[in-house]
Amino acid sequence: MKKTYTAPYIERNSAGNLNKYAHTTVVRHQDNIDNVPIRDLIEAHGSPLFVFSERQIRRTYRRLRDTIRIHYPLADITWSYKTNYLSAICNIFHQEGAPAEVVSGMEYELARHNGISGDNIYFNGPSKRKSDLSRAISEGARIHIDHLEELYLIEKIADELGITPKVAIRMNMDTGISPLWTRFGFNYENGEAYRTVQRMVSGGKMKLCGLHTHIGTFILDPNAYYWAATKMLNFAQTIKDSFNIVVEYIDLGGGFASQNTLIDQYTPGELASPSFEQYAEAIGNAFNASVFVKEHHPRLILETGRVLIDESGYLIASVLGKKNLPTGERAVILDAGVNINITAWWYKQRVLPTKPFPGSYQNTVFYGPLCMNIDVIRSAMPFPDLYYGDTVLISPVGAYNVTQWMQFIEYRPNVCLISETGQVDVIREREDMSDMTSREYIPEHLRKV
Amino acid sequence: MIDLSQLDITVAVSGLKTGDNPQPGVPVIRSIRAAGFTGKIIGFVYDAMESGIYLEGIADEVYQMPYPSTGASSFLARLDYILSNSKIDVIIPTLDSEIPIYIRLEKELLERGIHTFLPTEEQFNLRDKIKLSQFFPPKGVDIPKTHLLQSADQIIKLSEEMVFPVIIKGRLYEAYKAYNVFEAQKYFYELQAKWGLPIIMQEIINGDEFNVVIVGDGKGGCLGMVPQRKLVITDKGKGFGGVVVKNPGLESYARKVIEALSWRGPCELEIMKDEEGVFYLIEINPRFPAWVRLAEGCGQNQPAATVLLALGKEDVDLQPFRPGTLFIRHAEDIISDISLLGDISVNGELIRTEVKK
Amino acid sequence: MNTDQLMTLAVNKNGFIFDPENGISYTVNDTGLFILNQMQKGLEQDAILQLLVDEYDVNIEHARSDMEHYMGMLKALRLVED
Repeated sequence: MKKTYTAPYIERNSAGNLNKYAHTTVVRHQDNIDNVPIRDLIEAHGSPLFVFSERQIRRTYRRLRDTIRIHYPLADITWSYKTNYLSAICNIFHQEGAPAEVVSGMEYELARHNGISGDNIYFNGPSKRKSDLSRAISEGARIHIDHLEELYLIEKIADELGITPKVAIRMNMDTGISPLWTRFGFNYENGEAYRTVQRMVSGGKMKLCGLHTHIGTFILDPNAYYWAATKMLNFAQTIKDSFNIVVEYIDLGGGFASQNTLIDQYTPGELASPSFEQYAEAIGNAFNASVFVKEHHPRLILETGRVLIDESGYLIASVLGKKNLPTGERAVILDAGVNINITAWWYKQRVLPTKPFPGSYQNTVFYGPLCMNIDVIRSAMPFPDLYYGDTVLISPVGAYNVTQWMQFIEYRPNVCLISETGQVDVIREREDMSDMTSREYIPEHLRKV
Repeated sequence: MIDLSQLDITVAVSGLKTGDNPQPGVPVIRSIRAAGFTGKIIGFVYDAMESGIYLEGIADEVYQMPYPSTGASSFLARLDYILSNSKIDVIIPTLDSEIPIYIRLEKELLERGIHTFLPTEEQFNLRDKIKLSQFFPPKGVDIPKTHLLQSADQIIKLSEEMVFPVIIKGRLYEAYKAYNVFEAQKYFYELQAKWGLPIIMQEIINGDEFNVVIVGDGKGGCLGMVPQRKLVITDKGKGFGGVVVKNPGLESYARKVIEALSWRGPCELEIMKDEEGVFYLIEINPRFPAWVRLAEGCGQNQPAATVLLALGKEDVDLQPFRPGTLFIRHAEDIISDISLLGDISVNGELIRTEVKK
Repeated sequence: MNTDQLMTLAVNKNGFIFDPENGISYTVNDTGLFILNQMQKGLEQDAILQLLVDEYDVNIEHARSDMEHYMGMLKALRLVED
């Protein structure tokens, strides 16, 4: 019986690196996703490959919805399209009962294409064009007003169509966290939000249905939601008192943190990110203490996309080569880089081997296939030896990658979904030359080379 | 007096570095030994060069631990390996960065028979440097003027309202005095690279600095409290000598802080008294300080008490402290052999069977 | 290949290596130690490679590539010279 092999390795000792357990993030391997072997996935669909787990998506959605409803029963969790708008993914959430939350005309069109009726769409975002607004208003969508120009435009459209649009005011406020997001909507503390409602009421052309905020992203302090909810509910009471308008819903936007770890965050995400329970409790405390809630029972709306999808998405990548860096670190070149895994810029993602390995680690940096120095999937972490053709599993990558990915020097790869029955479907095909050329036009004099 | 001589358990303590920027592990172990404890003590270290490893009579066994930043699964995997060698009844973590993992894993630790005496996650988060300035002033506890920085540009804007020099602090560790915008920005980038955002910019309170070591009961009370004034301060700002003071105003201020948090477990308060006699809370460190032997020396063996509190004993009685008790820190060289470094760096552990039980 | 520097190293069986001339220490893994021991015996790379493949569960192509990487590390650390 021969001994188990690991690649030979030598490291110079110095104070600070004398800990062989220093960064043993890799204590296990993962050779399957929902019991489908990773080797089979790669053989059938090529590498790199995005894989989503329908079971995990549904389970996460139900867990968040149920946890929120324990603390406040009149709650809806919408699906935030920008997080991941592959239609198959959107429809899983819609089957679970999620309304659509969109931030542009393109996303609105996509939600309608997926069969979502206008009155089941919340329309956010700072850049709604007139044509987008006309369509959304005529189809009964709820428009969340971001700035005054939008308000004037909606009044004009209301006149043109003879419809009373259903709208909400977007607000920003101090929720005790930094950075303070003040670019969306109207400020609460300086009275701008109040004056906007006043202006809207004096116009008399639309129906104020709700209040909306988007306090930030990857919010690690659940109390921020307590303050946001408390201030919005106070504002709802003020609107009731001043204008005798009772808003139907309070939309707290998104921003719940996933289990990912921010690049400059020391404590790992699994320890730093609040649980669903912690967010739900903070929001519930605000709602259940509010007089406005006791009298008027508004609905609570959340649009928190990242926590619903990040952990359910995986990226399988293959080793193209390796080299020794002058720093003594091992560099591994993968066939997937920040071209398709853009959130590697924000997070220290988990990279796992896909087969068992003997316990010997080398400090390893993972690079992608781009000819750019910034194409780093994961900065140095001890990792077992890899060899040409080996695969690694990168996660969580479910949020924002298959929307923000770019077509830069490589085709975008297949995206698969593993259904609850274990069936594997390609939900977005790998691109080819036609994706590059079908929209291009070459003037006559440039056709010959 | 707390007597641990009849206690047949194993205690693990982290942070064994001594020297110019010492960690609290070695003094905590010395205090526990001073209470007559003869059971096994395990040291948790992160680096094979932590000097406490090489001291005889401190840790019977030493294990390297994965850094807290590597996450719960690697931490528990390592702990389970250690438990296969030796049981552990109590762990006293002494480094800021590892407290969150011990708090979050309280249940997993208890399942393994390991007890801790630590704050809740909520208490821990409220003492975060970035939270102090929001939480405490409404409770009547003054905080120096503080700004949280997300970018170095903010320093330029704030330079009009802040008086230089200011203190620039990292979220977890390290603080520097900056005399101008340029210096402040330099420290901003250094600290950002090490500890992430936000960076804290704080006004400097001129006056007397006091440090208080406390064990909170988790219900708003203090089981022990020892205030000291630093007498010797190194060029890095570390207190290498101090004297226990009796100052009723300081004590009632410290009690107010602990009451506001309902703090459970050990902590150190850093408090400034300005020229008008107003107290300001500078920092709450969520663990024992490296000078904790002064507490033992003045009659309050707080580390020994913490062992009992972790085990669930409720009638732990700490004596009043003796003001005027003095500490002066000294350093000395330990003589060892390169092979010991080889053992700990290759095996990740050191078992000293020869240490008497 | 000049292995003079390598010959001065004190190599313990656990893979802890001490360079008494310069006061530097190194850590090697199992296979790294295996190769180092053979080099100290004066064996040539091809012979070491064969021994490695005999001793460990690895094919020769994979081992050769890793061995080249390893030699690169030793050269970078100035433990061997061309």
